[in-house]
Amino acid sequence: MALLQISEPGQSAAPHEHRLAVGIDLGTTNSLVATVRSGMAVVLNDELGRPLLPSIVRYAADGKIEVGYEAQAHQASDPKNTIVSVKRFMGRGLKDIAHVEALPYDFVEGEGMVKLRTAQGVKSPVEVSAEILRVLRERAEASLGGQLTGAVITVPAYFDDAQRQATKDAARLAGLNVLRLLNEPTAAAIAYGLDNAAEGIYAVYDLGGGTFDISILKLSKGVFQVLATGGDSALGGDDFDHRVFCWIIEQAKLSPLSHEDARLLLMRAREAKEFLTLNSEAPITARLSTGEFVDLKLTSEIFTEITRTLVQKTLGPTRKVLRDAGLSPAEVKGVVMVGGATRMPQIQKAVEEFFGQEPLNNLDPDKVVALGAATQANLLAGNRAAGDDWLLLDVIPLSLGIETMGGLVEKIIPRNSTIPIARAQDFTTFKDGQTAMALHVVQGERELVSDCRSLARFELRGIPPMVAGAARIRVTFQVDADGLLSVTAREQTTGREARIEVKPSYGLTDDEIAAMLKDGYTHAAEDAYRRALREAQVEAQRLVEAVLSALKEDAHLLTTLERAHIEACLAKLQAVMLGDDRRAIDEAMDALSKATVEFAARRMNQSVARALAGKKVDEL
Amino acid sequence: MAITLSENAAQHVAKFIAKHGKGIGIRLGVKTSGCSGMAYKLEFADVAAPDDIVFESHGIKVLVDPKSLPYLDGTELDYAREGLNEGFKFNNPNVKGQCGCGESFTV
Repeated sequence: MALLQISEPGQSAAPHEHRLAVGIDLGTTNSLVATVRSGMAVVLNDELGRPLLPSIVRYAADGKIEVGYEAQAHQASDPKNTIVSVKRFMGRGLKDIAHVEALPYDFVEGEGMVKLRTAQGVKSPVEVSAEILRVLRERAEASLGGQLTGAVITVPAYFDDAQRQATKDAARLAGLNVLRLLNEPTAAAIAYGLDNAAEGIYAVYDLGGGTFDISILKLSKGVFQVLATGGDSALGGDDFDHRVFCWIIEQAKLSPLSHEDARLLLMRAREAKEFLTLNSEAPITARLSTGEFVDLKLTSEIFTEITRTLVQKTLGPTRKVLRDAGLSPAEVKGVVMVGGATRMPQIQKAVEEFFGQEPLNNLDPDKVVALGAATQANLLAGNRAAGDDWLLLDVIPLSLGIETMGGLVEKIIPRNSTIPIARAQDFTTFKDGQTAMALHVVQGERELVSDCRSLARFELRGIPPMVAGAARIRVTFQVDADGLLSVTAREQTTGREARIEVKPSYGLTDDEIAAMLKDGYTHAAEDAYRRALREAQVEAQRLVEAVLSALKEDAHLLTTLERAHIEACLAKLQAVMLGDDRRAIDEAMDALSKATVEFAARRMNQSVARALAGKKVDEL
Repeated sequence: MAITLSENAAQHVAKFIAKHGKGIGIRLGVKTSGCSGMAYKLEFADVAAPDDIVFESHGIKVLVDPKSLPYLDGTELDYAREGLNEGFKFNNPNVKGQCGCGESFTV
């Protein structure tokens, strides 16, 4: 029979209605999938009990696609078809990728994104990532015994829109419904339950295999905002292995090594590093292919000494992000450790000294991001306990701004800002004695109002008369957690206020947003309306002139009453035809046409009569 | 009349309750739904209802409402692992038939 999980009180799922959701940490080096079981976030292991899936995909010449450990085994023998660290290429062009020449791949410049030529044809990073996600999805479905409702996938906080979109596309390709992309540091903070903690500033120190990221988060009202991110994309645990490796060579006075020996010693170096996490000294022994025997002891003192510069290298960016966020280490309320490399005692110590507090490290640093993502996925899939709040960590897809003189856009909230958010800017009057101000709220990335999407218009009245430029009107844009925008304009001296609410992304699909980003939004609907309006105006003008000339010629055909009626309709059309109310123009035109039907018929009869007068039938 | 937990199930329940952070035990029950008549309910119990019948097994309190008890009497709750999947399993002697998926049953 089916295996059940314990639900929240009153939340038992009906049969076949379990909402299975997972969190996926799609990492540069390793990926993981986690879920919430009986109220507890757990990482799902593979058949062999391994939690990690190396983020490696091999497109073998025989048509087989290998992912994870299987692919990793061929990394050295088939480097061209074995894609490692594909995350570095997501949403990137060839020119964005550092040290292309050092990579073993056959790159092809693709549309907006670099592609890789493999034994199975040209593959985009999206397709490669999708292979990794597909394996994780299959693992999750086997573990949970059902189809997934959705997944939360984590991305680095610094990922831009193209990189985020690429990640979403990969998920879709892998058959996953993306509930949300979540910033990695935010996921780590959620795993520690910091979203339920006191408001404040938190730092997330993420030292992975090959990358270092440091993020400063601000928690307010249960929502995390990324204040600043930084790091070093070429610094990670592997560098520590390498230092130990160099130390071994130096100590054992080894001559140049063969490939196999180098790999063996690198493995020993890694083992020694890991051993030193819980021990004060690590033995290093190896027999090389040359017959040489390595027998060394690495103490934690020496290890700390030879890696001191690496540890220092992480503190530089850490200082910088704090400076960017305008904070001092003492203002940080908690430090979350992420990434296997943070297990090293010297890292723990350096971070503790830097922030003056012990970092949070009781969760497995390799799993913490996936666990947080799973927690979030569980909430979003609707498996929440009563009282659990939604966590909304969305970003604004397009910038929001206001029209200024000359039809220009002043952006107030830049795109990709996390919501909720509030931003204010001061504006002033344009003319002497100006007592009112019209505010036009627009959305888009273009500079001209006419190229952006119009969201709302409203007016602020009752500004005391002053010389131009003297009034101070503060315009505040506020987007709440549901993506609802409210705009307030407030005259600073009198406190007079006007406000309006709009929903910015209403009715816009992902594709539309993408198109807007790509070539700016070209008011298609409004343009169509304008065109129709312009056409109606031209038509009205033509009708007016026709009626006027007919009246001039044949007014005698009408009774006084009829003439008055036509003239009234005519006046009405003339009044509305220059306005921009297309419906009013159409209505007035209709009325005038109807009023002149009889007139037109009489004129027709009259000309027919004139043409026929005095003629015999056979002359025609 | 009794409902019991296997030792393995009790250990897991204890762990989940500790993680859940609150609650006095677990609540078992049945509800009429599903493709074969009845479906199991397995929830954390935060508060006991006045009519609840409470059993204790391996130190875990098991709460059952009186209407569900006839359908569950004699059940042992076990924790099982099937391939990659793991979870709780009702070994219910009252069951006469169940749907293919095993999520609902008839008595």
